[in-house]
Amino acid sequence: MARASLLSWGNHPRFPQTARSCHWIDSLPAELVDATRAHGTTLPFGNGRSYGDSCLAASDHVLHLKPLDRFMSVDWQTGVLVAEAGITLEDILKAAIPRGWFVPVTPGTKYVTLGGAIANDVHGKNHHRRGTFGRHVRKLGLLRSDSGRHTLSRESDAALFAATIGGLGLTGLIEWAEIGLTPIRASQIEALTHRFDNLDEFFALSSELDARHEFCVSWIDCTASGKATGRGIFMAGDFATDGTLEVETPRSLTVPLTPPLSLVNGVSLRAFNTLYWRKAARGRRASRMGYEPFFYPLDGLLEWNRLYGPRGFQQYQCLIPEETAPGAIRELLEAIAAAGTGSFLAVLKRCGDLESPGLLSFPQAGVTLALDFPQNERLASDLFPRLDAIVRAAAGRLYPAKDAHMTGEDFRRAYPRWRDVAQLRDPALMSRFWQRVTE
Amino acid sequence: MKRILIIGATSGIASACAREWAGRGASLFLVGRDAGRLEALAADLRVRGGGVVHSHRMDAVDVATHAPMLEACMAQLGGLDAALIAHGTLPDQAACERDPALALREIMTNGSSVIALLGLLANRFEQQRAGSLAVITSVAGDRGRPSNYVYGSAKAAVSVFCEGLRARLFKSGVSLTDIRPGFVATAMTRGLPLPAPLVASPEAVARRIVAGIDRRKDVLYTPAFWALIMLVIRCIPGFVFKRLKL
Repeated sequence: MARASLLSWGNHPRFPQTARSCHWIDSLPAELVDATRAHGTTLPFGNGRSYGDSCLAASDHVLHLKPLDRFMSVDWQTGVLVAEAGITLEDILKAAIPRGWFVPVTPGTKYVTLGGAIANDVHGKNHHRRGTFGRHVRKLGLLRSDSGRHTLSRESDAALFAATIGGLGLTGLIEWAEIGLTPIRASQIEALTHRFDNLDEFFALSSELDARHEFCVSWIDCTASGKATGRGIFMAGDFATDGTLEVETPRSLTVPLTPPLSLVNGVSLRAFNTLYWRKAARGRRASRMGYEPFFYPLDGLLEWNRLYGPRGFQQYQCLIPEETAPGAIRELLEAIAAAGTGSFLAVLKRCGDLESPGLLSFPQAGVTLALDFPQNERLASDLFPRLDAIVRAAAGRLYPAKDAHMTGEDFRRAYPRWRDVAQLRDPALMSRFWQRVTE
Repeated sequence: MKRILIIGATSGIASACAREWAGRGASLFLVGRDAGRLEALAADLRVRGGGVVHSHRMDAVDVATHAPMLEACMAQLGGLDAALIAHGTLPDQAACERDPALALREIMTNGSSVIALLGLLANRFEQQRAGSLAVITSVAGDRGRPSNYVYGSAKAAVSVFCEGLRARLFKSGVSLTDIRPGFVATAMTRGLPLPAPLVASPEAVARRIVAGIDRRKDVLYTPAFWALIMLVIRCIPGFVFKRLKL
């Protein structure tokens, strides 16, 4: 038997998954049958970039689809790309950029797979313009244990398509997908940064800059409190219209091992956050930069999740609707600062009102806050219940792809269409997350 | 740009080598048993690389089909600069012990068919007085171990054949690289209880193979630390070796 070795990105909860590597689409039906026969249920696993337990199989036996990473066809005239589900955005970018194309939507790491991007209906800095990744999926191939192969699109089998986008890998194995790329004239970004002193300024900047720029996101100093609550740096950008089409290969460092204790603690947090904020110039600065540092600053530090030590970390990402956002985000930040924990990278982003195509898609009009916390018992007993109460009162929701703690009640309230997904779930597939929030 | 023939192209290591070569703009002729998988591989390489990619269905144990395959390859690529022989299986040792006929079939797949192809390609490269020939054998060919000596002996036969052939080809300026991978995470080794720190990715192994062929290496252990491991293992005297559980 192969060894149990795969974990989710947060290394928490710690249920090592035994992987059955799948190398060819033609062998998937047999793999699914074998896995189900041996373990009852299984779950597709991509590149392990989901943070919590949504990518962990209830049986702890997953089908590892990362080896399914082939391009199937690309039309470089129209930017229509068909590829197997295990291909990463990194591979897509390597082929697409020199030909003047970019992925339509990208999360903060290029190491996610195509299948994972669809199953979590990921979003990025251009959500206010382009919506979620799922909006750019034209077709996908789905293999189910009970009904075989399907080709899904908005037009054909719309119900299963909507359940599969953001469906957390539960409606079948996504074997391949066809997506529309975005044309670019240069791979460089015309960026601007604007340091702001508090949360009100963030909202003002967002109202001003989101309308003008394709990409917008803000870094927040999660240790600041009082009048400085919500201070941070607003980053906006657009692809340059003149420049070169270059695949960037920045030199990356790897965290070589997991330190015995988390290096992220109260002291290092306060020091980093304060320095980072002070280092940024006051007011607005324009600059030109590569797409790598703009979209993927953390990809330069490989295996950065190891910094949190053997216990791992949890990410907390919520979305608060537009009307309640100013108050609720402030309350959340105050609660986090008071707890003295948090992360180097806390992110605030206003999502647009473009409809997400999936039944369980996370984004909707409002403001999303994301930050990491080193794992310890006080998260579950103390901080998270307090944050959850704020989110609940503000009619917000948490992001399943990042989650390892939300209650079933909160999930079901925030995602009322979960029942439709439950009905369309492939009986051979079950995740620890789904078990946790639906049972 | 280089024109390269890959036999057993859908294997994990060979596919990774093909990607590496495609990324450098090489033109490729892919040979394997499964037409569907070959085409899937070729479609991928056409997007990743700049050169042309052809595929050709052949079962290497059918030795009569070797020569026509090579003719098709020469016709499609218009010449040949390098060839990698990578096909093989991982035999069920216990089943081979029960069934000598099965053991012979495995020797055919992993040994004799490889030797036949080496002979054919060597003659071609010798004639053109240029080229790089490479074959994937195994660290398992360095010593006969009770857990897989059918596989090991087939690979050992190929390695010894290579040693002699290499000396012959040397006079014609043709290189012959004997590639001995350790544990690599591919479909072939799936489910084996391998020690995780020793298991290499096919991509890392492929980079080393492609570089090694470029440098016209004779014998190439990959990952590199296997050279050291095998040096030690080769030095264990027989009376000790037969008592080890390997």
